[in-house]
Amino acid sequence: MKILVALKQVPSRDSALRLNAAASWIDDADLTYEINEPDAYALEAALQLKEQHGGEVVVLCAGPEGAASSVREALAKGADRAIHIEQDGLEALDTLALSALLANVAREESPDLILTGLQSDDLGSGQTGVVMAELMGLPHGTIVMAIEKLDGAIRVKRELEDGWFQHVALPLPAVLTIQSGINKLRYATLMGIKKAKTKELRVVSGTAPASQVLCTKVFLPSRAKQTQIIEGDARTAAAALAEKLKFEVRVI
Amino acid sequence: MSVLVFLEQNDGKFHRMSWEALAAASELGGSVYGVTIGDAGEAASKPMASLHTIQDPLLADYSADGFTAALEQLIRAKNPRFVVFPHTYQVRDFAPKLATRFGRPLLSDVVKLRADGVVRQLFQGKLNAEFSFPADGPIFVSVQAGSYRGDGLAAGEPAVEPFAVNIDASTIRAKSEVPFRESARAVDLTAADIIVSVGRGIKEQENIPIVEELAAALGGEIAASRPICDNGWLPMERQVGSSGQTVAPKVYIAVGISGAIQHQVGMKGSKAIVAINKDADAPIFEIADYGIVGDLFEVVPALTEAVKKLRRA
Repeated sequence: MKILVALKQVPSRDSALRLNAAASWIDDADLTYEINEPDAYALEAALQLKEQHGGEVVVLCAGPEGAASSVREALAKGADRAIHIEQDGLEALDTLALSALLANVAREESPDLILTGLQSDDLGSGQTGVVMAELMGLPHGTIVMAIEKLDGAIRVKRELEDGWFQHVALPLPAVLTIQSGINKLRYATLMGIKKAKTKELRVVSGTAPASQVLCTKVFLPSRAKQTQIIEGDARTAAAALAEKLKFEVRVI
Repeated sequence: MSVLVFLEQNDGKFHRMSWEALAAASELGGSVYGVTIGDAGEAASKPMASLHTIQDPLLADYSADGFTAALEQLIRAKNPRFVVFPHTYQVRDFAPKLATRFGRPLLSDVVKLRADGVVRQLFQGKLNAEFSFPADGPIFVSVQAGSYRGDGLAAGEPAVEPFAVNIDASTIRAKSEVPFRESARAVDLTAADIIVSVGRGIKEQENIPIVEELAAALGGEIAASRPICDNGWLPMERQVGSSGQTVAPKVYIAVGISGAIQHQVGMKGSKAIVAINKDADAPIFEIADYGIVGDLFEVVPALTEAVKKLRRA
């Protein structure tokens, strides 16, 4: 089975974000980056499917030159080869344009299965997999918790709301969006990192339609509530908070 | 200007976010009409000009292919300027596909919807951004849980108009099985007055007891954000957020929880929210009533002691 994993590089989870001078986007100086967390789980799911059923895992990543570090990390973890659509300013693309950029390259690969995270930790639109599927004429399953390979098809466990789940069978080829936490992520081994250097990493330029949705302004959210920040060392602050829980919130 | 709202239901029970989407749509100032797949039910008394009901045996069970085909036919027939959805799990599964049919991007999970633009959260709620969209319709938008109030809608008497669709069974590719729950939910967090909830900041499973001790001292329930339950450090039934339980206790104490959107939608209705976090910029402080910016490994044990002392007093 040939599995394509679409993954994205995003600022590290604990990054302190600041606006750039024009307040048009974040200031990317001093930021560190990582593989978008749900995409990391999608990659792990692909590697496990390959270990069980054989085949090939191909990583597809769209991003600036710096995204190559995440692509190499995926290769070090066990992906067989990678395609990097090298392009700056992708944050300005809307969901349709970005998905088309990826789908145009994915189509050439004719994979049996495409896996990606259910959403990105930066833009959070949660659409890339579904839109790619529609553009490629493929069925999809979203918020997937488990994958079972059948003959010419796949049976997945989907998460519904409020603690409910559902099994759904889809004919292959298909696109799945993967929920975080469905498997245990592996670390790249030293051997893996060494091997990654010899694996194929193809840099391509992509084509995307013009964006219809444009970001016009970025701003810090205003506080919905007047938060009382309780100052002091841990002991002083904790004692003051306990008093408030007793006399203001009245739960003690 | 006409605005179509998708009202999600499951066997006659409407998703509460459907009314929030209707509230958002109503603020646009156009003529609002609804569509639901199933009977009119409760939607027949909501403030809309009309309500289209779509019924077809092929739509009895949800499928992205079936729902997309049905709604595509309605939208092509009615040509609304806006199509507004609640940002539910079901909508996340088909609305991007539906919008793509029309060559449109979906503006998903918006917190503010205006006739000339939307506001979305970025970076898990750390930033907000405004987006513009084309002047011609249809514009597809899904509304974040809790961004609009669905409980204050006036009564209405929409004209209920069945809309006939034509669906080819062979185009529905997914074969769905009956939904299930993993196990009976033993813990009902929605009944708790006091919840102490723990997130990634706790770092390791062996640190969980310091939070359990605080919950015990307060006589409250322990809960967690998703990553804690994914790691198996606490059972899934203690998860709060869009994929777990939605709670509104007298006080919700968030320990080491940054407050990602998916978590906030499950707890922002709490009467009082306390945040203890080392990162002063964490989104949880935007909705907190009380906050301590500090090291939870120092603050939480000190708080447990202070609570015990007040209890003894």
